[in-house]
Amino acid sequence: MGIKWNEIFVGGDPLLVGSQIAIVLTVVAIVVGLTYFKKWGWLWREWLTTVDHKKIGIMYILSGVLMFFRGGIDGLLMKAQTARPEMNFLDAQHYNEIFTTHGVIMILFMAMPFLIGLMNVVVPLQIGARDVAFPQLNALSFWLFFSGAMLFNISFVVGGSPDAGWTSYFPLAGKEFSPGIGNNYYAIALQIAGLGTLMTGINFIVTILKMRAPGMTLMKMPMFTWTTLITSIIIVAAFPIFTVALALMTFDRLYGTHFFTLSSGGSDMLWANLFWLWGHPEVYIVILPAFGIFSEVIATFSRKTLFGYTSMVVSIVGIAFLSMIVWVHHFYTMDAGPAVNSFFSITTMLIAVPTGVKIFNWLFTMRKGRIQFTTAMLWALAFVPNFVIGGVTGVMLAMAAADYQYHNTLFLVAHFHYVLIPGVVFAVFAGLYYWWPKMFGFMLNEKLGKYHFWLFVIGFNVTFMPMFFLGLKGAVRRAYTYSAESGFAPLFLVSAIGSIILAIGFAVFCYNIYWSFRYAKRNVSHDPWDARTLEWMTASPVQFYNFAVVPEVKQLDAFWHMKKRGETLTLKESDIKKIHMPSNSGLPFYMAVVFGITGFFLVFEAHIAAAVAAIGIVIGLVIRSFDYNDGYYVSVDEIKRTERTWRNVEGGTENHVG
Amino acid sequence: MEHKSKYPVSHVVGFFFSLILTFVAVFVALKMNVSYTIVMWIIGSLAVVQAGLQLFMFMHVTEGEDGKTNVINMAYAVFVAIVIVAGSIWVLTSGHAAH
Ligand code: HEM
Ligand SMILES: [Cu+2]
Repeated sequence: MGIKWNEIFVGGDPLLVGSQIAIVLTVVAIVVGLTYFKKWGWLWREWLTTVDHKKIGIMYILSGVLMFFRGGIDGLLMKAQTARPEMNFLDAQHYNEIFTTHGVIMILFMAMPFLIGLMNVVVPLQIGARDVAFPQLNALSFWLFFSGAMLFNISFVVGGSPDAGWTSYFPLAGKEFSPGIGNNYYAIALQIAGLGTLMTGINFIVTILKMRAPGMTLMKMPMFTWTTLITSIIIVAAFPIFTVALALMTFDRLYGTHFFTLSSGGSDMLWANLFWLWGHPEVYIVILPAFGIFSEVIATFSRKTLFGYTSMVVSIVGIAFLSMIVWVHHFYTMDAGPAVNSFFSITTMLIAVPTGVKIFNWLFTMRKGRIQFTTAMLWALAFVPNFVIGGVTGVMLAMAAADYQYHNTLFLVAHFHYVLIPGVVFAVFAGLYYWWPKMFGFMLNEKLGKYHFWLFVIGFNVTFMPMFFLGLKGAVRRAYTYSAESGFAPLFLVSAIGSIILAIGFAVFCYNIYWSFRYAKRNVSHDPWDARTLEWMTASPVQFYNFAVVPEVKQLDAFWHMKKRGETLTLKESDIKKIHMPSNSGLPFYMAVVFGITGFFLVFEAHIAAAVAAIGIVIGLVIRSFDYNDGYYVSVDEIKRTERTWRNVEGGTENHVG
Repeated sequence: MEHKSKYPVSHVVGFFFSLILTFVAVFVALKMNVSYTIVMWIIGSLAVVQAGLQLFMFMHVTEGEDGKTNVINMAYAVFVAIVIVAGSIWVLTSGHAAH
C-alpha cells in the first residue's frame, strides 16, 4: 500500500512537535480519567449512543467551543506573525496552512455546529415536539460531522495541513501544484462532515413541517424556528453542489481526472464557480439562524412581541431566494464580462434590502420596550451597529467595478469578519447565555458574562477595524509578512493587540462556563427570563420527553399569552398519557468510526485499505435496514414522578430564582 | 385518498392527454421535415409538458395536506436546477475568461 509512513508524522518544527506531545498527553489524560472514575459506561449510554436532540445539541455546542478554540489559536498565530514587519515566527508555508485551516474550521466546524447545536436543543422545544422527526438520523448527522471535523483537525500533525486557502482554488489546489496529501484532507474531511449537514437539513425541514404542536400554524411559529426552516431549505439546495464539487476534486487529486485542471480540457474556474454556488448560500446558512436567535433575545428582553413579524418572514424568504443568485460577486475579477458582473452586482446589492428591513424591525421592537440589559441582550445590542459596518462595506464590495480595487486585500478580510463575528459569534454567545438555563438548569454568571462581552467586543473592533484601512492602503490578504517601508506596521500592531483582548474575552467565557458549572445556583426556575416561547414552558433542564402533555397553541408568543391567561402550569394528572420515545443506538457512532477510517486511508491514497474499510460502511447500512426497534413507552407513573419534581400539583412553580 | 367524484375523471383525461402528447412527439420526430435541433426542442418541450401533466393528473401533487408544500418544493427545485446549470454555463462562457 502506498502509505509513506515517514511522511505521516510531520516532525522537526518545535510548534508541531509541541502540539503532537500535547495531543498525546490529552488523549492519555482523558482515557485515564474515564477509566479511573469508571465513566466509560456512562459515556456510552448517556452520550455516544444518545438520540435525544437536546444531548446531541449539547455535543454540537461542545464541539463548537473546542473548534473555536482551535480556530482562534490559528487566528492568534497569524496576528502574532504579522504584528511586526518581517517577522520570522511563521514561514510562508505555515502561514498558508494556518489561514486555510482557520477559515475552514471557523466556518464549517465552529459556526455550523454552534448553530446546529442550538437548533437541535431549541427547535423541537419551540414547536412543542418530543424530538426531531428522525432522531437516529440526527445522531448520525452529528457523528458524521464530528468524524469529518476530527479528520480535518489531525491534518496539521499527521501528514500536513491543506494550504490552498479555505476556498482551495484550482489550479493551486490540484495535484500538480499541491502534490502533498494536505489538500486530500480538505476534499475528504469536508465531504464526510457535509453528509452530516445535509441530513440535518432534511431532518429539520420534516420536523418543522410535520411535528408542530396543534394550533401552531406556520405564521405562529417563533422566529428562530422560521429561520431554522429556511436555513434547512438552503442547506438542502446548496450542500449537494459542494458534495459534487468535492467529489470531482477528489477524483482530480486521487484518480487523475481533469475536471478542474488547466490541461486536458479541465476548467479551473469551474471549481471557483461551484465552490461559490455553495459558498455564498453557506454564509446565509450561518447567518439566518443567528438572525433568529437575535429575534428571540430582542423580543424577550424588550418585553414586546417582535415588530413586523410578517415582514421578517418575507425578508428571510427573500434572502434565501437571493442568496442563490449572487455567487459571482466572489470572483468579479475573473472578468466574466459586463453583463454577468452587472447582474450579480445588482442581485448582491438587493440583499441589503431585506437585511435592512430586519435591522429596522429589531430597532422598532426595542423602541419603547422596557429593555433589560442582560448579557444575552448586550450581544444583540452590539450586533446591530457592528453588523451594519459589515453590511455597508459589503455593499461597497458588491460594486463590481470598485471590487477590482478592494479584491484580495485585507479590506475584504475585515468585511467578512465584521459580518461573521457579530452575525454568528455574537449570536451564538447571545443564544448560549439565553438558553443555557434551559440546557443545564443553571445560569451562566451574568457578571463574568459582562466582562466577556466588553473584552470581546472591544477586542474585536480593535482587531478588525485597522484591517479596513490596511486593505485600503494596499495590504493584500494571505500574505505572511510585509516590509517596514510599506508603512503598515502601526496598524498591524494595533490589530495584533486587539486580538489579544479578544482572546482574553474568550478565556473569560470559558472560565464562566467552569465557574457556573461549579458554583451557580441550581434551583433556577423553568422560565428565568420571563420569556415568550414554548421551550420555557417545560422544566430546566428539560426532561427527556420534553413535554408531559403537548401544549395547544393559540397565537404567536404562545407561552407569553398562556402566562397572561394564567394557564401555564396547571397539569391535570388525568391528561397524562404514556409517551412513545426512540431507543438509543450505537450505530451512528459506529458509522462515524468507519467513515473516519475510510476517509483517513483515502487521504493517504491507500485505495485498497480504503475499499476494505468502506465495507464497514456497507455493513452499517445493512444492519440499519434490519433494525426493527421502534422505540419504547414511558409509563404514566414515571411521567407523574418526573413532573412532580419541578411543578406542584396546583400548577405554581417552585423556587423561583431569577 | 379522497376523490371528489367516484369516477376517476382526472386519470382518464390525463391518460388521453398523455397519449396525444406522445403521438404528437412521434409525429414530429418521424414525419416532420425540420432540422434535428428543432425536433429536439419540440419533443423536449412536449416531454416537460407531459411530466407536468402527469404530476397533476396521476400523482396529485396539489392534493392532500402537503399539496402546497409539494408544489413549492418542485418549483424551488426547478429554480435551483436552472440557476446551477444555466447560471454556470452563462458565467463560464461569457467574457474574457472563456476566450
Ligand atoms: C476569533 C478571532 C479571529 C481572528 C483573530 C481572525 C483572524 C484572521 C486572520 C488574521 C485571517 C487571515 C488574513 C490574511 O489573509 O492574511 C483570517 C482569515 C479568515 N477568517 Fe478569521 N479570525 C477570527 C475569527 C474568525 C471567525 C469567527 C470566522 C468565521 C466564522 C473567521 C473566518 C475566516 C475566514 C473564512 C478567513 C479566510 C481564510 C482564507 O483566506 O482562506 N475568522 N482570520
Ligand atoms: Cu457571497
